[in-house]
Amino acid sequence: MKPNLDLRSLWRTAKDRIATGLAILATLLVVAPLVAIFFYLIYKGASSLNWAFFTEIPKPEGEVGGGMANAIVGSAVILAVASFFGIPIGIGGGIYLAEFGRGTKLANAVRFTADVLNGVPSIVMGIAAYSLIVMPMHHFSSFAGGVALGIMMIPTVTRTTEEMLLMVPHSVREAALGLGVPNWRSVISITLKTASPGVITGCMLAFARVAGETAPLLFTALGNQFWSVSLNHEVSALPLQIYNYAISPYDDQHRQAWAGSLVLIALIVIAVSLVRFFTSRGTLKGAS
Amino acid sequence: MRVAAPVGDLSTQAADAPVSAVRRFLLARGSSRWADRVFSGLMLLCALAIFAIVALIAAELLSQSQPSWHAFGLSFFYHYNVDPVTHLPLFWDPVNGVFYALPFIYGTLVTSLVALCIAVPLAVGLAVFLTEMCPRWLRSPLSFFTELLAAIPSVVYGLWAIFVLIPLLRDNINPFFIAIFQQPTLVRLFAWTHLFGDDGLFGGVNLGLGLLGAGVILAIMILPIIAALTREVMSAVPNSQREAALALGATRWEMIRIAVLRNARIGIVGSVILGLGRALGETMAVAMVIGNSPEIHLSLLSMGHSMASVIANEFTEATSDMHRSALIEVGLALFLVTILVNACARLLVWAVTRGATARVQ
Repeated sequence: MKPNLDLRSLWRTAKDRIATGLAILATLLVVAPLVAIFFYLIYKGASSLNWAFFTEIPKPEGEVGGGMANAIVGSAVILAVASFFGIPIGIGGGIYLAEFGRGTKLANAVRFTADVLNGVPSIVMGIAAYSLIVMPMHHFSSFAGGVALGIMMIPTVTRTTEEMLLMVPHSVREAALGLGVPNWRSVISITLKTASPGVITGCMLAFARVAGETAPLLFTALGNQFWSVSLNHEVSALPLQIYNYAISPYDDQHRQAWAGSLVLIALIVIAVSLVRFFTSRGTLKGAS
Repeated sequence: MRVAAPVGDLSTQAADAPVSAVRRFLLARGSSRWADRVFSGLMLLCALAIFAIVALIAAELLSQSQPSWHAFGLSFFYHYNVDPVTHLPLFWDPVNGVFYALPFIYGTLVTSLVALCIAVPLAVGLAVFLTEMCPRWLRSPLSFFTELLAAIPSVVYGLWAIFVLIPLLRDNINPFFIAIFQQPTLVRLFAWTHLFGDDGLFGGVNLGLGLLGAGVILAIMILPIIAALTREVMSAVPNSQREAALALGATRWEMIRIAVLRNARIGIVGSVILGLGRALGETMAVAMVIGNSPEIHLSLLSMGHSMASVIANEFTEATSDMHRSALIEVGLALFLVTILVNACARLLVWAVTRGATARVQ
């Protein structure tokens, strides 16, 4: 073998090694902040969590103690409203895309619009909900916040529902129709039911996504220092409270912001892990 | 290069198969025709609701931003006043009714650019590692980890940035860059670029807060989005391409460059644009670390404001209708820009992944 060729192959091997090293370095650099974030969340959050955090409402500015009970309940109210609007419309849109509009231009347009809506910044949703609901009603409300979050859920739910329904084999639908089941009944109790683990996954992903949203709530739900579960009034929410406490000058409020973040992340991670668990077990075990 | 769908893949089979004659006959029977029509109509309504929502948002933003549009017109986006006392440019002064959006546009662009510069190489590196190099046992936990990164709420990133990232930047990372950019020899050599020295890229007071901090936290936030999509696009490259490159004697890196990266480049560009769309609209984390001052400075260490952060900060405290209307106009601009960016990205990603479903599992 000529030495020239040897040198070249050596250089090529070296380049290969360098590229591998760079890829591993990139991976480490991506993982590092994640580990740091989780470390700080658990380290700072766990030491700040106490029983009062879950049972008491915030103390006045500057006083030590208090909790975020009202924010946790407020988040639940807002998310319930969001799911009430977002999930049915989202699933309906997904059913249309997969069952009725398959291959049509309209369906493609809907799919594209859903993807675009998914990319609209959440703060813009907040402005839209503000001018659509808060301005006509003349006051801030948890309802407006819920609608803003509900709108944000729709595209995710629609797209995952569609994908899951597309995975249901034709033979299942035809078997139902052949037994004399009307089409609407077959869609609901056969197709949708077969795909239900996947559809639920999509709903939970959308839910986890909006559960941490702050921007759309800033000027719809506004936040509240007191107990409120009314749809018609300002309500506090966990992300809002974290934001307000994070930028406040008091150490005790910083502590509670960490605790609140830990609770929020725990809720979201549990949701995502459940999703992961169900999808990894095969979404359509029953269908095939 | 299309790939034949694997036999077991139901999704493509189901999507491409025409409705069979049997099924058409069954659907056309008279019984329950009305119920069926009502049901399909309802589902159509749900689908149309998505159009309606986008249209409603656009209409509402347009009508609410009318006052500011009439008062300032297009100059809203590029004009500025000069302060009579200090002779500095004056962009945004709600008390005196001065509303020009230039510093917000600048802040959004600069932070997004910084974020892309950091995130794109890392994301592509991660995607290459995950699809081509990663041992099988590590692949699934790693991708789960990066998915988690995408699930963390923006406000938690902001909290972490305020208490961990900003002090880290201020005390450890910024001094390093300041030392380079204010090094006398380099300053003299590169004076013509205006990037070095006290009023260059790393001039001014080092507070930690500012455009650079916002850019770094944005980079961490958009990384998982770019990485996930890039990975998907790379997985869509058929294995035959890889095998062909390897059979010709390519090393692994050459195989990745020739077969994977080259075939996936359009999709990678698409996913980068999608990440850009997310960076442009990201609100809370940026609002918490960017420093919130409507000024324009070249230095990355200076405080700024982005389009989204100014809305988050000032909307509830807007005193006059003009102030609110100006903020909504900023929101409208953000809405239009992100729609444009997302549409481009989607078209690119679709162009690549459509039809190619062979995933490397």
